[in-house]
Amino acid sequence: MNRDGHEHVIEVTDLKRVYGGGFEAVRGITFSVARGEVFALLGTNGAGKTSTVELLEGLAPPSEGRVRVLGHDPYEERDTVRPRTGVMLQEGGFPAELTVAETVRMWAGCTSGARPVGEALETVGLGKRAGVRVKQLSGGERRRLDLALALLGGPEVLFLDEPTTGLDAEGRRETWDLVRALRDGGTTVLLTTHYLEEAEELADRLAILHEGRIAAGGTPDEVTSAQPSRISFELPDGYFLGDLPALGELGVVGHEVDGRAVRLRTHELQRAATGLLVWARDAGVELRRLDVRPASLEEAFLGIAGRASALAARKEEVGA
Amino acid sequence: MSTTTVAGRMGALARTELILLGRSRATIVAAVIVPLFLPFSVRSAVDEADLKEAGLSVGTLLLPAAVGFSLLFAVYAALTTAYVTRREELVLKRLRTGELRDREILIGAALPATGIGFTQSVLLAAGCMALLDLGAPSAPHLVLLGLLLGLVMCGALAAVTAAFTRTAESAQVTGLPLMFLSMLGSGITVPLEMLPDRLASFCELLPLTPVITLVRGGWTGDLSGYDALGAVATALAWTVIAVFAVRRWFRWEPRR
Repeated sequence: MNRDGHEHVIEVTDLKRVYGGGFEAVRGITFSVARGEVFALLGTNGAGKTSTVELLEGLAPPSEGRVRVLGHDPYEERDTVRPRTGVMLQEGGFPAELTVAETVRMWAGCTSGARPVGEALETVGLGKRAGVRVKQLSGGERRRLDLALALLGGPEVLFLDEPTTGLDAEGRRETWDLVRALRDGGTTVLLTTHYLEEAEELADRLAILHEGRIAAGGTPDEVTSAQPSRISFELPDGYFLGDLPALGELGVVGHEVDGRAVRLRTHELQRAATGLLVWARDAGVELRRLDVRPASLEEAFLGIAGRASALAARKEEVGA
Repeated sequence: MSTTTVAGRMGALARTELILLGRSRATIVAAVIVPLFLPFSVRSAVDEADLKEAGLSVGTLLLPAAVGFSLLFAVYAALTTAYVTRREELVLKRLRTGELRDREILIGAALPATGIGFTQSVLLAAGCMALLDLGAPSAPHLVLLGLLLGLVMCGALAAVTAAFTRTAESAQVTGLPLMFLSMLGSGITVPLEMLPDRLASFCELLPLTPVITLVRGGWTGDLSGYDALGAVATALAWTVIAVFAVRRWFRWEPRR
């Protein structure tokens, strides 16, 4: 129990994971997840998300530090922990020649308190695909089969490693709805993702991993509020930056100029925007391409992971 | 809430492997058909006069050979391929996230192949007795002990081989050394009795030799208690080494 009276379902303390070759994938991270919370581990590829989740799942012992899931060591006390957790790996792991129903039946034989096969498949919308061989499923259907297996035993804690990678927009929405429904039912969910939107949509709290360390953590609001909001526009012809009201008085903490394009950063968005717009009205000019944007997780992510890696993540998102 | 048991979990896995085995034509041919016919190739390779000199009959030549082929093809080779395929499909990794323990995964997946090996050996023994007027075994407990040791050892050796095999295709190559060595040196195609003494005493140390020795000696009754004990010790030693090697080197995920 923590001081709020919420039970901590997952507790991670000074966790490190060093691979055989000496590569330090996880470099000392600490966080906890309360019962019924959705917690997102966010980061670019190679940030240490999967390496961390594998330790929580009890697939390997930590190199240093401590992991507790439901109050137990998931590696040493696996008999206590495993029947109460559900795991969705980043990639399937089903025999290609098995049918969907046979796959679920096999997993049910290895899962305490497993639900009936048909019901499990209905939940993820695979009811009509029960007799189809796994090799004939689309990538999205495979993700949903994986989710069905993770949910089969009605787990108290659910680990989802990149649950919507490879899904189309609709499939992603459906998975999100399912995760929210599970959370409302009291399930604790830890998910990894490199989709900023997914973390923003789902997570009660999140941590941004970068190079094996937690670079920022808290509720999405807490993480974003540390970041400045942004106002961008084009200077009217004949005007220069110096013609604007004193930026400091508008609450602007930083600015960039690129040709006629101006970008202002501020922690007081309303004050800065009002000052700017009143000035424009009084001067009788139009601020073209005006864009007023509150701080977002994306800004936070950009700030932490560096522009290059965040752009790569966004490209993937567009491409997916 | 219904809790799973060790037997229930391994049973579910074994059932799945049996389904998959039935769906792979290549495995059916290699594991089920080949071992039933290979023994007859041995028959034509050995001269009857030499047999008598070594104190053997056609029956006591063919039966151990048949058991040996069954262990090599139905158990060792088939299981190596199965382990590698499941690992490359990430099935082993997924299984490890659930309630199955590591050894349950390896043993459960091995049950269909070892079951086939056992059934095949029994059928072949019955066939040899019916067709080659081979008498009943003099020491059936030694025959059974040899067969069981052979099944466990071949399962463990398959897991070791899988640890050093990258793809299902290459499993057909990585298994060859043990298969050739066993066929030639473990008394399967050529009984040890017919080899030069010094070569024979080296061949006694090969993994499958004690298994064949126990089956053949158990049938003829020519095996002394001391020799039987030695064979069991050799078989156990190989099994222990193989199990140790699996614990040390078995890979649960594909190499990246």
